[in-house]
Amino acid sequence: MSDTRHDVRLSVNGVGHDVSVPARRLLSDALRHDLGLTGTHVGCEHGVCGACTVLLDGRPVRACLMLAVSAVGCEITTVEGLARDDGSLGPVQQAFAECHGLQCGFCTPGFLTTITAGLADNPTPTHEECRDMIAGNLCRCTGYQNIVRAVERAAELIAEEGEAS
Amino acid sequence: MKPAPFDYHRPGSLAEALAILAGEPGAKVLAGGQSLVPLLSMRLAAPAALVDINGLPDLDAVTVTDDGVRVGALARHADVLASTAAAERQPLLGMALAHVAHATIRNRGTTVGSLVHADAASELPVVLRLLGGSVDVASVGGTRTIAADDLYLGPLESSVAPDEIATSAWFPALEPGAGVAFDEVARRHGDYALCGVAAVVRVEGDRVVSARAGFVSVADLPTVVDVTDALTTVDAAALADLGDVVLPHLDPADDVHATADYRAQLVRVLTARVVGTAYDRARERGTAR
Repeated sequence: MSDTRHDVRLSVNGVGHDVSVPARRLLSDALRHDLGLTGTHVGCEHGVCGACTVLLDGRPVRACLMLAVSAVGCEITTVEGLARDDGSLGPVQQAFAECHGLQCGFCTPGFLTTITAGLADNPTPTHEECRDMIAGNLCRCTGYQNIVRAVERAAELIAEEGEAS
Repeated sequence: MKPAPFDYHRPGSLAEALAILAGEPGAKVLAGGQSLVPLLSMRLAAPAALVDINGLPDLDAVTVTDDGVRVGALARHADVLASTAAAERQPLLGMALAHVAHATIRNRGTTVGSLVHADAASELPVVLRLLGGSVDVASVGGTRTIAADDLYLGPLESSVAPDEIATSAWFPALEPGAGVAFDEVARRHGDYALCGVAAVVRVEGDRVVSARAGFVSVADLPTVVDVTDALTTVDAAALADLGDVVLPHLDPADDVHATADYRAQLVRVLTARVVGTAYDRARERGTAR
């Protein structure tokens, strides 16, 4: 048994990062401590709260339930990767701001990544599907009503952009 | 909460993975990690080594034939759930998978991993038993097929040996004249079920030829009970009485989420509902032909 370091390349938000990590380093900790990408929040550390959700090849996964060494060869998207190229808010972020979908903001990165992928899968969700989309993420402040509204608003914003382009 | 240190292997072939396992007693196989990683983080498990099979080729297929559905060791729940061909061949598989955790967990967790994790609170083991499926395992000594009825030895304990890797699972096709159903009650959608029930009912006309129900979270092992004899006539009263037929085979327990009495009540309600639905579906399929 050892804490040997492994040299791995993590591809995060389109940028390759060479890191040297022990095998037991969770992806959530590698993102925060080794790469300094502290947007990914660590809540429960056992897969329940959803705060650490990132996109792995476009699909939401819990960063706390993956080893960093196991993410080799995958494209990781964190909340830092959801803004537009000019640094302004992406549509899901914009919708959260408009609908007051956050209070303390701790859970927000996990919601944003989850909803970004959810709307890519299903651009026109029903109210019930919006609720289902966020069922795996916990928020202790909002009571969820405004987050569900933000999902619906984000779907509108994305649709408007699609029409405009 | 951080895992204890372990040696890490990421083999590029199955043969290499099996050789490492043979030489490392106490090593664990890492696939989706959605059960294993929290166990490591909480230090409920501290294996000396992990063999990460995520780099192995050709293990992620979901193959549908006339006889059933074969799921490779690296097929994620989400991949199996997305297969319309699999859902057509064996609808119970998709019905149960929709209740496995949340979509985010299903994106990473594997169906085969869930089967061999052998948690009686998870949906898939009891579905595999109910359908008479099996798991294929490999070791340096060769391969073998473990029938679902021989797979579960105890809570979180399967008959897969420490030097074996489960390479695929087999879910037999829906039989002619059969209907299936699944339902569960959880505190929150995607949470562990307080109680879950799956059923396969086979009919000839209106007569029940075979009726079996499987239970999640209300026994130490994935448990299947044959209720054919209690359904010589199928009506609301007979379905309502099924709870008393099955409960002697189960052991609902108290915990922070529900009392044993409440779980027993869920067994009664869900068994009637799920077996009734499977019966109706079996009859509809009969009429449709």
